[in-house]
Amino acid sequence: MGMTMTQKILASHAGLESVKAGQLIMADVDMVLGNDITTPVAVKEFRKLGINKVFDEKKIAIVPDHFCPNKDIKSAEQVKFIREFSKEMKIENFFEVGQMGIEHALLPEKGLVTAGNVVIGADSHTCTYGALGAFSTGVGSTDMACGMATGKAWFKVPEAMKFELVGKPGRWVSGKDVILHIIGMIGVDGALYRSMEFVGEGLKNLSMDDRFSMANMAIEAGGKNGIFEVDEKTLAYIDEHSTKEFKVYKADPDAEYEQTFVIELNKIKPTVSFPHLPDNTREEGDFGDVPIDQVVIGSCTNGRIEDMRMAAEVLKGRKVHENVRCIIFPATQKIWRQAMNEGLFDIFIEAGAAISTPTCGPCLGGHMGILAKGERAVATTNRNFVGRMGHPESEVYLSGPYVAAASAVTGKISSPAELQEV
Amino acid sequence: MIAKGKAIKYGDNVDTDVIIPARYLNSSEPAELAAHCMEDIDADFVNKVEQGDIIVAARNFGCGSSREHAPIAIKASGVSCVIAKTFARIFYRNAINIGLPILECPELFEETEEGDRLEVDFDTGTINNITRNKVFKTHPFPTFMQEIIANDGLVGYIKKTI
Ligand code: SF4
Repeated sequence: MGMTMTQKILASHAGLESVKAGQLIMADVDMVLGNDITTPVAVKEFRKLGINKVFDEKKIAIVPDHFCPNKDIKSAEQVKFIREFSKEMKIENFFEVGQMGIEHALLPEKGLVTAGNVVIGADSHTCTYGALGAFSTGVGSTDMACGMATGKAWFKVPEAMKFELVGKPGRWVSGKDVILHIIGMIGVDGALYRSMEFVGEGLKNLSMDDRFSMANMAIEAGGKNGIFEVDEKTLAYIDEHSTKEFKVYKADPDAEYEQTFVIELNKIKPTVSFPHLPDNTREEGDFGDVPIDQVVIGSCTNGRIEDMRMAAEVLKGRKVHENVRCIIFPATQKIWRQAMNEGLFDIFIEAGAAISTPTCGPCLGGHMGILAKGERAVATTNRNFVGRMGHPESEVYLSGPYVAAASAVTGKISSPAELQEV
Repeated sequence: MIAKGKAIKYGDNVDTDVIIPARYLNSSEPAELAAHCMEDIDADFVNKVEQGDIIVAARNFGCGSSREHAPIAIKASGVSCVIAKTFARIFYRNAINIGLPILECPELFEETEEGDRLEVDFDTGTINNITRNKVFKTHPFPTFMQEIIANDGLVGYIKKTI
């Protein structure tokens, strides 16, 4: 029986010829990730092991990004705790404010994760690196602790769903609309346990930033991981960012998929997830009349350079609506500088938007843009659960950067196609 | 390894918030968590649960947050095993990692009533409903998974192997 991309990567890291769905294995990991919320718990578990050394100082990344720069005393204490641990363990990839970015944008950019890797992270959106053709998944703090100690993690080999992408997305459609469309179609547990494998000729019409944004939200469909077939664009990205050894795995022709979907990219419209689940999607033309108070453009889903460019494309020569606060979060220092050098910041500031230092900030209701009771935000983030961005009676609408920027201008949920020419 | 006890039954989508409500997460003490286990779905759980009991549930058990407090609370309340049609994946991991055995068996739910006596053999993956005299087969854990459980979780297991 043939194997899928995910199954092949897992087999190779478990030292096995082959694996099949449902099998439990112990696999070597190439990177263990934690943030300022999950790492403190993992450090406490690590201490119980009674060892004073991590398995590999180079293969652990600790990124204080959620409540950083420290929003209050408690978060400052937590970061201090993990900073000291990182120093003691000589962990090379601890990213201090000034170096730090949102973890899932930062690791690929720094070249710390690459094709064919197995990556675990104590953060559910670790699945993002599947865009590079890696097996990458979110775990708990105990997994992180044991991963730091041994360089291994156990897995149940997942079944797979195949998403065959064909055609080319339309004018105002990006990877985010594609993944929201898919989640709307299969539901928030539509991919439970399974790997979502993205293949097909349509891939060439999706940039790496589109793919990161899609792999990022595999978890919102319940998936264990999302993974993209490696093509020239992936290889070019890897070449630019990473010196790590990588390996390209392709699915066998007779690999088994529990389900196969053909996604016609040209048919996908700008899509928004209405409260309070990511699968509650509506397409352009069906948004209704929803006035908003805030727009957030950023996060591990859509805080990359192309997202900044898309926002600028819409905001150029226009003004943020008087009832709206528009906050833009480039996800890393590098993206920040690039956006600045490309003149995007001038466009944002002209339009009346605020630009923040890299942080998760409001995405998880942390800081830098919390919603009051009854307020509504359009956000390029990934979760719109009750109270996710602030008050339990506030609302989050998920979209891509085009719709978010257009909504900032009109003051209600809008597609860029609705805007007047400038 | 054998688990033995009476069945305590729940339906679909038992989420981590009902297993251990967020208001009790200011503690990670197992005994304290156990005192509030299942409180929001079954206030009587803490009274009826006895050492060795087995939770039998339907689909997507443990969905919601990644809090490890949820399997910790169940384990500390004396439950020897959870058997469901399916589990949410982070709960599944966390349960094994803290040493709470869990098994997937789609058929058991329909064939079991609350209070039935169950016996589970983890080595063979056999579940026996003694009350109804019915045997179900599921995948046995591979050796290392059994060892994780036997060592009270991943930390205990790793500690022994390093
Ligand atoms: S940006 Fe949001 S979803 Fe992404 S890691 Fe930060 S808090 Fe999590």
